[in-house]
Amino acid sequence: MAQKDALMDFDEALRLYEPVLGFEVHVELATKTKMFSDAPNFFGGEPNTNVTPVDLGLPGSLPVVNAQAVRYSIQLGLALGCSIAESSRFARKNYYYPDNPKNYQISQYDEPIAYEGEVEVELADGTIFTVPIERAHMEEDAGKLTHVGGATGRIQGAEYSLVDYNRAGVPLVEIVTKPIFGAEERAPELGAAYVQVIRDLVRALGVSEARMERGNLRCDANISLRPRGQEKLGTRTETKNVNSFRAVERAIRYEIQRQAAILAAGGSITQETRHWHEDTGRTSAGRPKSDADDYRYFPEPDLLPVVPDPAVIEELRASLPEAPVARRRRLKGDWGFTDLEFQDVVNGGLLDELEGTVAAGAAPQAARKWWTGEISRVANTRDAAPGDLVSPQHVAELIALVESGDLTDRLARQVLEGVIAGEGSPSQVVESRGLKVVSDDSALTAAVDQALAAQPDVLAKIKDGKVQAAGAIIGAVMKAMQGQADAARVRELVLERAQQS
Amino acid sequence: MPDITSEQVAHLANLARIALTPEEIEKLTGELSHIVDSVAKVTEVATPDVPATSHPVPLGNVTRPDVVGPTLTQEQALSGAPDSDGERFRVTAILGEEQ
Amino acid sequence: MTDITKLSAAALADALVARDVSSVEATQAHLDRIQAVDGDVHAFLHVNQNAIAAAKSIDSRRAAGDDLGPLAGVPIAIKDVLCTQDMPTTSGSKILEGWVPPYDATPVAKLRAAGLVPLGKTNMDEFAMGSTTEFSAYGPTHNPWDLDRIPGGSGGGSAAAVAAHEAPLALGSDTGGSIRQPGAVTGTVGVKPTYGGVSRYGAIALASSLDQVGPVSRTVLDAALLHDVIGGHDPRDSTSIPDAWPSMAAAAREGLQADTLRGLRVGVVKELAGGEGFQAGVTQRFHETVALLESAGAVVVEIDAPSFAYAISAYYLILPAEASSNLAKFDSVRFGLRVTPENGATVEDVMAATREAGFGPEVKRRIILGTYALSAGYYDAYYGSAQKVRTLVQRDFQAAFEQVDLLVSPSAPTTAFPIGERIDDPLAMYLNDLTTIPANLAGVPGMSIPNGLAPEDSLPTGVQLMAPQREDARLYRYGAALERLLEQQWGRPLIDSIPDLDQSQQSAAQEGVI
Repeated sequence: MAQKDALMDFDEALRLYEPVLGFEVHVELATKTKMFSDAPNFFGGEPNTNVTPVDLGLPGSLPVVNAQAVRYSIQLGLALGCSIAESSRFARKNYYYPDNPKNYQISQYDEPIAYEGEVEVELADGTIFTVPIERAHMEEDAGKLTHVGGATGRIQGAEYSLVDYNRAGVPLVEIVTKPIFGAEERAPELGAAYVQVIRDLVRALGVSEARMERGNLRCDANISLRPRGQEKLGTRTETKNVNSFRAVERAIRYEIQRQAAILAAGGSITQETRHWHEDTGRTSAGRPKSDADDYRYFPEPDLLPVVPDPAVIEELRASLPEAPVARRRRLKGDWGFTDLEFQDVVNGGLLDELEGTVAAGAAPQAARKWWTGEISRVANTRDAAPGDLVSPQHVAELIALVESGDLTDRLARQVLEGVIAGEGSPSQVVESRGLKVVSDDSALTAAVDQALAAQPDVLAKIKDGKVQAAGAIIGAVMKAMQGQADAARVRELVLERAQQS
Repeated sequence: MPDITSEQVAHLANLARIALTPEEIEKLTGELSHIVDSVAKVTEVATPDVPATSHPVPLGNVTRPDVVGPTLTQEQALSGAPDSDGERFRVTAILGEEQ
Repeated sequence: MTDITKLSAAALADALVARDVSSVEATQAHLDRIQAVDGDVHAFLHVNQNAIAAAKSIDSRRAAGDDLGPLAGVPIAIKDVLCTQDMPTTSGSKILEGWVPPYDATPVAKLRAAGLVPLGKTNMDEFAMGSTTEFSAYGPTHNPWDLDRIPGGSGGGSAAAVAAHEAPLALGSDTGGSIRQPGAVTGTVGVKPTYGGVSRYGAIALASSLDQVGPVSRTVLDAALLHDVIGGHDPRDSTSIPDAWPSMAAAAREGLQADTLRGLRVGVVKELAGGEGFQAGVTQRFHETVALLESAGAVVVEIDAPSFAYAISAYYLILPAEASSNLAKFDSVRFGLRVTPENGATVEDVMAATREAGFGPEVKRRIILGTYALSAGYYDAYYGSAQKVRTLVQRDFQAAFEQVDLLVSPSAPTTAFPIGERIDDPLAMYLNDLTTIPANLAGVPGMSIPNGLAPEDSLPTGVQLMAPQREDARLYRYGAALERLLEQQWGRPLIDSIPDLDQSQQSAAQEGVI
């Protein structure tokens, strides 16, 4: 087992060294078919049932470009502020690996579809970074390997591996940044925020579902350190298997600390690919980059250049949605949230849901309370996304019912449960489960009188002015009403009736 | 043009995943040196002002609509497999990193 | 009854339509011929067990009055580079021994839809790399004109099958001359269409920017009829030309009208016309053919194409580079051979051992060369430069076709040489394609037709015709006209002079064919 890496204190590391970042983010496009074949593009399914001869790399098979994938790529390039290539072509990236059916990947090399852009990234405290984009290019995904026989299900120690090519050929766009300078101690934060912005962007465009946990969005983080004052850039490492925003942040932080410790001890950084381990919070060494990574790129002879129509580019540009940073700024202002409140919403990936709920008539704070509170709680227990459980319209309806006094918070939570279970809209659930707040004062008054009669000593305290004692009566009444009463009204009645008796 | 050495040939064989024998490497080194000498003359006329042509017939924008087509059955997909578990292709242990 | 196997495909098609013969009879006759002579010729790697069934089905459909294509019921041999889902497809290599594809190549699907009857798969140089069929992993094919000699390559099997009357038609593939050069040395007709004219989907790729599938036959009209079946746009091949094509058969028939050649401007390419490396008899027959064209009214000029001197070099950089990448898929994982070395092999070891055992020496040579040409630091000098030569070759063709309508050259520099003569000299082998390579680089169509027997060895020679991109019909029109002129000179088709292979065919030979 590998020895534990020495880590330098983060602040100390930043004092001595300047971190330089780079990111390669792969976005899986949500087209109906694959990049170069007309097999369906969907997640799951029995192994090797979603392939054509093209996806298996069978002898004689040939690729054909998916027009929608090109369109989505152009949209993505435009949203990244990139220029769109007048003529773009595909290239073969040659390397051998069992998940690579042709042992070359069709990608793009010297004529990517989009180049030279920039993206605004806003951090939690409002600081804005401009991340320079080098290029965005189209390529195809590889198949999926399962390693069998080793201890951890990883490659090391595996006896054999199984290959499923269902994923082979799924369209990808790879977004490559230029080196990012000036992040300093906010580098980890910036990394996480950048990936989130990309996620929001592609979802807003509708070109990808961008779920990191499903692999629709993958991030490789490059970090190098250079001693303060030095001109020359340090050697960088590339960290893979970073499967969440939090992991991006942690991995960057870890690499900075690890590299700093090596450099300070007089060592040098090996240029290599590293693997992030979520469980231990460490990166481990992969294979060193050697000349075996000579990919021998050459223009793909089986495909012709893509020459986008300028009119189409302008049409796509005109229909771009608002940039995420600008949108967030606007929403935060409209809703009047504090930084913390807003960040909560964003971190939970709930911006769209909140926007929908407010649009359906709910007050922003109420929407926030429900989405980041109860709904997220339930979602976590089921390992699902909050947005999958209930619609913004239903949440707005629920909030309105609480607002009107028809439901208490507690009752509302029960109603929510019913909505999530698929029993219908909030109103329908209230109806079918009989959960409405009893607003009939006579029934309430009767219950209050009964409770007061049952606890004469408490009644005496209340008459004496000890208002807090009312709590015991209120509790008894609520119990008797099975929670279907407005506690505030009960309290009013308790105090009133206590004085009257 | 640099001569091809047998170290280079061995390296190329590795890149190309062919387990050449030492005899083959020796023989190929000689043959390839000859061939490379003779084809190297392309540089004589390949001046900077001449553009490269990668496709003999100048077509462009050849794409297909995003419409699902027929796929192979699992049985067809695995029909040529030297080894499988009935669902997936099976290979022996992999040396390198996951990409 | 005339021997069915001596009929041209067009004549056989006519006989089928007239119900003088059934497809089952025609197919059986060819299967019998294969049985009789292929032990010596070795043109076939696999004979179709379902051929009679397929023939029967066509006969039934004809009897029922179905609308059938012009070649329906005619048997055809298929080069083993094309995927057939009911027959093994090896590309002449051990690495694909016994592999049955789960799909048909587009040209195969088209010929089946047109009612042709596949007879079997023909032999070829491994992965189409070669010009003699000696690099087949399954043993060489023997030239029916002289069984000790090469039939040309890489498509020696298809050419030999047709020359030996084992099939009236065959499909071949041509990357640097693999249809045309075997045509020349076996006295048959072979055509490489314009690049993109016939789909490459299902043709096991050698060099993607050079490969084309094309017809192999004994007459120009036969090739034209087959070309009409297999040609046309295929959405599965991005490089296939989208536009509709005129009928090649119609063009061939038009060519038979009087005086077709009068006024035709013909260019003789200086760099391909003879000189060092060319056999005297080949050059002689070529000059006679040029003179014949002139006598028919064609205007002949000399064309200078200086870049053609670099064509072979460019070809032997582009082809290995693309091939090295195209052949990477043969890695033991999804199909084909798997060789597992002892002692706990990793998949990398298995891949390397498999490719070592499964690839022959010429394939290995070209893969290593191609890997070199693409590798870091060498790309610009080799692959990059070769792509520039391609530009120059195209420019020379364009300039030439501004002056002339057709270009001519010998189809090969020599006649068929003995098997084994050049196998240890790769560079000498590469020269076999000297005259055919430029057309592949430029993507222009080329046709070889027999133009005589060389006086010194009585072996066939061929003349190559070339036309601008998309002008394939021109080849058929003027090729048919020239073919007729030549046959008028000889008094009969050249193929009729081929020695008998099978003693039992003796009587047919005496009867009226020779």
